[in-house]
Formats: sequence, structure tokens, C-alpha cells
Amino acid sequence: MSHAVLSAAEGAIPAKREITTKPRFSDRVFRAVVSSGALSSLIILGLIFFFLAFQGYSVLRSQGLHFITSSNWQVVTDTAGNVDPKHTQFGIAAMLIGTFLCSLIAIIVAIPVSVLAALFLNFYAPPVFKKIMVAVVDLMAAFPSILFGLWGFFVLMPSAEYWAKLIHHFFGFIPVFQVDPPIFTRSPFVAGLVLAVMIIPIITSVSREVFSQTPLDRIQAAYALGATRWSMIRAVVLPYGRSGVVGGAMLGLGRALGETVAVYTVLNIVYQVNWHVLLGAGGNVASMILLKFGEAGPQEIKALMAAGLVLFLLTLLVNLGADLVVRRSGGKGR
Amino acid sequence: MSDEMTTERGPGLVSSLGDVARRRFESKSVTTPVQGVGLEARGIHAWFGDRMVLEDMSLDFWSGTVTALIGPSGCGKSTFIRTLNRMHEFIPGAAMAGQVLLNGEDIYSSGTDVTKIRLKIGMVFQKPNPFPSMTISENVLAGLKLAQLKVDNKDDLLEECLERAGLWNEVKDRLSSYGGSLSGGQQQRLCIARSLAVRPEVLLMDEPCSALDPGSTLRIEETISHLAASMTIIIVTHNMQQAARVSDYTAFLLSDGGPGKMVEFGPTGEIFSRPKDIRTENYVTGRFG
Ligand SMILES: Nc1ncnc2c1ncn2[C@@H]1O[C@H](COP(=O)(O)OP(=O)(O)O)[C@@H](O)[C@H]1O
Ligand SMILES: [Mg+2]
Repeated sequence: MSHAVLSAAEGAIPAKREITTKPRFSDRVFRAVVSSGALSSLIILGLIFFFLAFQGYSVLRSQGLHFITSSNWQVVTDTAGNVDPKHTQFGIAAMLIGTFLCSLIAIIVAIPVSVLAALFLNFYAPPVFKKIMVAVVDLMAAFPSILFGLWGFFVLMPSAEYWAKLIHHFFGFIPVFQVDPPIFTRSPFVAGLVLAVMIIPIITSVSREVFSQTPLDRIQAAYALGATRWSMIRAVVLPYGRSGVVGGAMLGLGRALGETVAVYTVLNIVYQVNWHVLLGAGGNVASMILLKFGEAGPQEIKALMAAGLVLFLLTLLVNLGADLVVRRSGGKGR
Repeated sequence: MSDEMTTERGPGLVSSLGDVARRRFESKSVTTPVQGVGLEARGIHAWFGDRMVLEDMSLDFWSGTVTALIGPSGCGKSTFIRTLNRMHEFIPGAAMAGQVLLNGEDIYSSGTDVTKIRLKIGMVFQKPNPFPSMTISENVLAGLKLAQLKVDNKDDLLEECLERAGLWNEVKDRLSSYGGSLSGGQQQRLCIARSLAVRPEVLLMDEPCSALDPGSTLRIEETISHLAASMTIIIVTHNMQQAARVSDYTAFLLSDGGPGKMVEFGPTGEIFSRPKDIRTENYVTGRFG
């Protein structure tokens, strides 16, 4: 103490020491193993990106911004069978908007259902039932998507058409719910519902996990103030779990954006921008790639790669956005 | 008279604590008339699973008084206090027997709205637990929202509760900052203010100062003394001095490995200066526990 005072009086503030520790050998090995694991996923991601960028570059360059603003997909060949680069057009606007619409519908439907399901499992379900349901939900999260697609096609679609007609009947005056001509089958609405069913298990699983970590003393504090179960949930559990729910929703959204087979089964893919979600005409980048891939010539393959690149970036963007949301809303409830 | 007592027992902890307690008890009984029994515990037994942890507790808590529950840890003080506002039943496997009467009515009788019971019998926990997602003023008024109560003037209630909890002067300029930004002692007083906002008749406190520094402890003891005039307070404490300082009555609980039982109950002055049971004397003098 007196020493510190003395040296301060003399103005001789010591230089900050550099604090180092020599890691043990075992520690260094473990560090290397762990970091290479972490790096490998980053490297794979990077490789995919560069592969798509490399393949799609020429198309992106010749099409320019039209690639994402126009909806024409035409490969024009001359009589000899060579691709005519002047008149060939690749545009995925309709597909992008379709992807966006389907995913939006999915997320709007899935979030409330999942949150309610997670709350039910944590706070209302009898213990045995809870155990069974948790196992079922986790199993569903790992279900192959083609099964969701088939189920959506044969089971969900008929009733979804009926709901679509109801929505159209009562809310048809709102532009997005207009249907003209009256075709309700294979609409973005149906595809969105199938996607919702697919991502509900993931969001439920993540939300339930977060809700179950709500600190007990806060729950008790709420009850001791005369809270009902529901008011306790609103005051304590939801604020605490909000960022977790957003995180789960983003996982789900990521899956919805890239889902291919299930959407392919239930969506009528049309090369025309369609904002009318109940109308049986939609678009989807991933499904389009699948649809075209089999019979595409070399030039078209490149265009599909470019489309893949756009999807890749879109997913990345959504996840970054989600991260921001989580971080901004994260601190308060914790 | 009191001098005789202390010389009889010899100069020690018992006598000094007894003095503290007696001084407080006598000054209090002059100023506050006892208003009748507020809360009665009748033959309370409690179990966790098959294990009985509390046996046959019968105790009256008078309005306008502070009752301290003392005893070595694990003797069932928290369990007992939690049976008094039906928080015990939240623990899976927990069971109880007996009756708790609030103004003569059994709070465990079927058809009772348990949320209403907890409004009348508030609780302050060992660890300060303000809601971190809420501001200071939202925390104080949280009970209104949770129990869907209406009040005419929230600002008045807010100020009154913070004033009674002894926190108003420290936070009046930052009512809209978050509850977590306060110090531990302030957080605990915030929790007291939060309990007061729903106007309970009884306040249960389970070791409210055990996580706090001496200064904050003193502030909370002052708060308890102020509140005691208008409500029934039951406080669990490990701190003998604290029991002697704040309480009018003291109950000593003990478990001999089996379920906890009440060994002795009486005016705090008596318990600390001339306990009837040798086990009580040993405990309050610090010879065990
Ligand atoms: N949640 C619980 N589950 C099982 N046993 C418990 C639980 N809580 C407390 N007990 C047991 O009940 C007894 C009384 O505990 P408690 O009331 O917390 O004691 P105190 O508050 O006096 O220290 C102890 O033996 C403890 O082990
Ligand atoms: Mg305890």
C-alpha cells in the first residue's frame, strides 16, 4: 500500500506485465484437435461457397442483376444445338419470392404452435406423457423430408385446400389472399404448411430446452406473488426464453429455406412472380434446382449453380440477421 | 429483576442476547397492542417422498408481531415456512398434513384459490430474486400484473412500497433502470417492496439476509421493525443476534436425524435469557448447531 503510494508520488508507474503461461503438451494436443474440428466446418463451408461462385460466375456476369430481378428462364439454342448467349435468359425472381413466401408462412404458423407445445410439455403435461412426447418430437425432427412431402400431398393438401377456401372467402379482399383463377391445389400456402409441420419439432425442441432452464427462484418469486401459471409464464418464462425461441426459429427457417424434396412434392412451380399465397402457383429456388438438374445442359447447370449461390447467401443473411435479433433481445430477460 | 437473571446464568452470550431481546420486546409491547392471531399452524407435518421432515408443528403467529424461527440447518425451517403459503406443494413428491389457518380459515381447504392465499401471505426468499427483465418500478408492481389486480394510483403505491422497504431514497431517480443493476442488499429490499405491493397480511422471510453484507442486513432489520406494526412477520434466521434484535417471539426447531420438531416457543427475551430446554440453551449459546 505505502509502496504503491510512494511510487505513484514519484511518477514511476511500472510497465504492465505480460502474463503468459506455458501450456502443457497434452493441452496443446487437445487444442489442436478441437481447433481443427472447428476449422474443418468453416473450410467446408468456404469450399462450397467457392465452388458455387466459380461455377456460377459466368452466368451471374452475363445476366447481371437480371438474375434476381427477372423471372425468365429460357435456354435458346441455334439450329446446330449451340447455346445462343444473346437470347438465353436466366432469372430466378419468382423462385426467390416463392422461397421467401413459403418460408414466411411456415415460420408464422410454426412459431406459435411450437412455443405453445413447448410450454405445454414443460408446465402442463403429466410427467409420463411429457417423456413420451419429448421423444416423439425429437424423432420427428430427424424425420426424412420426403415423408413429410408425401404426407403433405396425400393427407394435408385436401384439408389445406378447404382452409385456403375459407381464408379466401373471409379475407379475399386482402391482395395476398386473392385467388384468380380459382386454383387452390399446390399453392405456396400448402407448401408453407408442410414446411411448418417439418420445422415445428425443431423449434419445439429448442424452445422446450430453453424454457426448462428458467431459474427456479424466479418462478417461485412469481408464484409467491399470487401468479397463476399462465401469468407466471408470461412474466418469467417467456422473457427468459425469448432469445432461445428466436434461435430455434432461425434453425427452422434455415431448414425451410433450403428444403427441396418436400416442397417439390406439394408445390406447383411456375416461372412467374406470384404474391397470392393461396393460388396454386409458386416458386422455390431449391426445388427448381432439383427440377431442372436432370435435363440441364452445361450452360444451364452453371445457372443452377448461380441459383444455389444466391440461396446460400440468402440463408447466410437470414442467420446473421437472426443473430443480431438474438443479441439485441438477449440480455434483458436473462 | 433482569440483573438477577443475568447473574444467575453468568455473563455470556445468553444474557447479552436476552437483554437485547428483552429491551426490544418491552419497548414494543408498550407501543403496539397485539391485534389477535393472524396465522395459526395446527399440527403441521411435512414429507419429501416417504421421508418425514417435519413433525407436529403447532404455532400461533400474532398480528403486529415478528416471530423468528431458529434452529440448525436441515431441521425443517424452510419447509415449515413454505407450508404456510402453500409453496411447499411445488416440490414434486412433497406432502403435508395439518392445518394452516389464516383469520380462522384453513388455507388448504378444498375450493381455496391458492393464488389468493399467496397474495395474503407474501414471501421473501434467501437469495434476492428480482425479475431481471423488468425495471425497478415494474418489479415493485409485478404482483399487480401477475395476480391481475387493479389499483387507482400506481405511482403512489410504488413510492409507498419502496418507502416502506427503505429503498425509495436510493432508487427514486432511477426507477426505470433494470432491477439487476442494484446491489444485493438493494435487490433484497426491492423484493420486499415487491411483496408489499399486493398488500399481504403476513410476510414470510426465509433467511432474507444470509446473502447480504452487514450494512444491508441492518437496513433490512430496520425495515422489518417498521413493517411489523402493520402485519404478521415470520422470519427464518441463522443469526442469533438478528433473532434477538428483530423478533418478539422465537421458535426453536431441532431434528435429531429424524423429522424436525419444535423444541421451544416463547417470547424472544425468554428464549434467549432463560430457555426452559437445555437443547435450546445449548443452541442459543452456540454450544452446538
Ligand atoms: N426438495 C427437497 N427434496 C427432498 N428433501 C428435501 C428437499 N428440501 C429439503 N429437504 C430435506 O428436508 C429437510 C429440511 O430441510 P429445510 O426445510 O430446507 O431445512 P432448513 O431450512 O431448516 O435448513 C432436510 O433434511 C432436507 O434434506
Ligand atoms: Mg432453509
